Amino acid sequence: MTDALAADLAAALAPDRVRTGGVELGLYGRDASVLAGEAAVACFPLDGDEVAAAVRVARRHGRPFVARGSGTGLAGGAVPVGDPVVIVTTKMNRILEVDPVERVAWVQPGVINLDLTRALAPHGLHFAPDPSSQQACTIGGNVANNSGGPHCLAYGVTSAHILALEVVLPDGTTTTLGGLDPEPAGLDLRGVFVGSEGTLGIATRIAVRLMPNPPAVATLLLDFTTVADAAETVSGIIAGGLLPAALEMMDQRITEAAEAFAHAGYPTDAAAVLLVELDGLPAGVAAAVERVGEVGRAHGARDVRVAADDAERALLWKGRKSAFGAVARVAPNYYLHDTVVPRTRLCEVLAEVYVIAERHDLGVMNVFHAGDGNLHPLLLFDAREPGIMDRVHAAGEDIVRVSIEAGGVLSGEHGIGLEKRDLMPLLFGPDDLDAQARLREAFDPDGVANPTKVLPAGSRCGDLQAVPEGVWV
Amino acid sequence: MTPGPIDRFAADVGPAPAGPVVAVGGRTQWDVGVADPEAAATARPVAAPAGVVAVEAADMTVRVGAGTPVSDLDAALAEVGQTVAVPDWPGATVGGVLAVGHSGLRRLGWGPVRDTVLEVRYVSAEGTVVKAGGPTVKNVSGFDLCRLLVGSLGTLGLVAEVVLRTRPRPAASQWLAGEADPFALLHSLYRPASLLWDGTTTWVLLEGHPADVEAQAATCAGLAPVASPPDLPPHRWSLRPSALATLPGDGHGPFVAEVGVGVVHRDVAAPAREVDPPVAALHARIKALFDPTGRLAPGRDPQAARA
Repeated sequence: MTDALAADLAAALAPDRVRTGGVELGLYGRDASVLAGEAAVACFPLDGDEVAAAVRVARRHGRPFVARGSGTGLAGGAVPVGDPVVIVTTKMNRILEVDPVERVAWVQPGVINLDLTRALAPHGLHFAPDPSSQQACTIGGNVANNSGGPHCLAYGVTSAHILALEVVLPDGTTTTLGGLDPEPAGLDLRGVFVGSEGTLGIATRIAVRLMPNPPAVATLLLDFTTVADAAETVSGIIAGGLLPAALEMMDQRITEAAEAFAHAGYPTDAAAVLLVELDGLPAGVAAAVERVGEVGRAHGARDVRVAADDAERALLWKGRKSAFGAVARVAPNYYLHDTVVPRTRLCEVLAEVYVIAERHDLGVMNVFHAGDGNLHPLLLFDAREPGIMDRVHAAGEDIVRVSIEAGGVLSGEHGIGLEKRDLMPLLFGPDDLDAQARLREAFDPDGVANPTKVLPAGSRCGDLQAVPEGVWV
Repeated sequence: MTPGPIDRFAADVGPAPAGPVVAVGGRTQWDVGVADPEAAATARPVAAPAGVVAVEAADMTVRVGAGTPVSDLDAALAEVGQTVAVPDWPGATVGGVLAVGHSGLRRLGWGPVRDTVLEVRYVSAEGTVVKAGGPTVKNVSGFDLCRLLVGSLGTLGLVAEVVLRTRPRPAASQWLAGEADPFALLHSLYRPASLLWDGTTTWVLLEGHPADVEAQAATCAGLAPVASPPDLPPHRWSLRPSALATLPGDGHGPFVAEVGVGVVHRDVAAPAREVDPPVAALHARIKALFDPTGRLAPGRDPQAARA
């Protein structure tokens, strides 16, 4: 069966861009989560026509398909379920056009996020979403997950930066959603597609909005003797009507780990630090620096350090951006969570997170986008310890529950995928899920695009979607 | 428990066979997207709940009934030094502006109106209350039905209540006008809130810290402070921002163009636009799944709305 499928894909693409080997399929059976599935075959198209051809071959063979970029997703969104054709976009990595006057670029989905920003530097422009995985993650993956990053606080997540998408729909046809004009005719299908985790089709060309680099930037490091003081400072900054470009928090354990790795000059004896970036025009930035310092000191900040130059700014950010890698010094494994709470509830939810970790006898570190209330607790463990995953998952579910009880949501930027699919009823009632399932059905009536993801079985009336087999954690 | 305003609105809409309905706001953009006036006239008008439910100033969000006049919402937010990127057209309601989906003159600096919407509670064609999105400023939990509803003209669901992202009210705000190259200004100024051009005169809206506004204004040779932007012609065209330079003398008469955005205000309606067949098919399937009996805003079509 699979031989005929692979042969047809090889005929449609090229023999050397279709893989059926066990090692490679194992690789494409995973993303960066702890979940794994099984691919029937992996293929590597070069352009939209080849993606459409691959989708049509999959349909002809009665197979679902799953698109993936670099596989940095953390929610199992790219984990193949149901022996699908895995369509890997990493060879579609060309920046097709940069128009610095209109401030738009057309890119293929496999372009790496950081490569795009580097290519834009000579124009004084940048692509605002900057996930922590930006050295590896692709723009197509950013579109699928509606990715965020530290600098989405002031400038919005990926959806706000996508103008148009050329997509291959689940029936193999190609069309364009959105447009380069401001009010394209019809429903905002572009906005619907962004964040749909590969369940509505595959983006094959992406028009991204480019932002001018700000004329003035200030980066501050504030340190605190309690986590609560840092969290109250975050609420105070937002309540004071300031909208920083970024507002990140790290607790003591992650600060220690990051400092040992990056030597950024972080105070390792602080219970928590805040990394605050303010940008815009010079007078506004200077006034905001003053205000942030005042709010911090009013909440007990020991020190307010303002980076003196670009080199110091880069160093402060290096510590933050390498924090996840630095965790390897502390524990062999970690499970990274992602929930959002109202910014006024940060302090109490964070306190709960520490209690939950202790209750399940797990280490925890917190490094997160505090300014938008986006928590990222890292649960630390050693996967070799028998039974440990049960405790990790139980703690994770507790974190989700306290976040939602505080008026929060399931995910801020990682998405639902498989990881949180069955937690969706915590946030949405049957009618809410049914509405989402109708949208999906409109795009994909046969359920062939990344099946079993996002919506739990039974979301649609009469839904007979099977619990995914062959997925293990 | 006594039913709240959303439940009363849902009861007013009624369950599926209860006949055609259309949500009425301030009727300020009532003709937008009316493809079949006779069918549109058959719909029973219903009004969404009005009133600001909760200003969460420290979270920079607000929960508001869709029937609330935008001016009431803005007045409530002004009390806490905030505002919202929803255009304050005279008489317009929050729900009406979102149903049409057109952004205001500050789109260049503040972004499109769709990006302000965090959560929507709407009444479905079946008469049930459905929640989409969530109240936090960041959220990727499930499909983005909020984006689907903004600009849908009430054809997929009747918006009852929304949570919107607010923004700090700018400390200083100044319109300037005069003869200057708007395309040069777009690149010499850092993110102006608005930049308009009628082929002769250029208007700029600068906002932010007073010293920044003053410093940016000083770089705008040929422009002087004015009280307000120009009156706008009634029709909207949607063009690529790079196409605006060729507007003068294009044979369609006077215009006021939103430079850097591409919305063009004209005396004549824009020509009808072609919709790619796969996109039209998606529209038809979405409509059929969300409103199988066609009772929501009959005679209106989002594909005809923005031309």
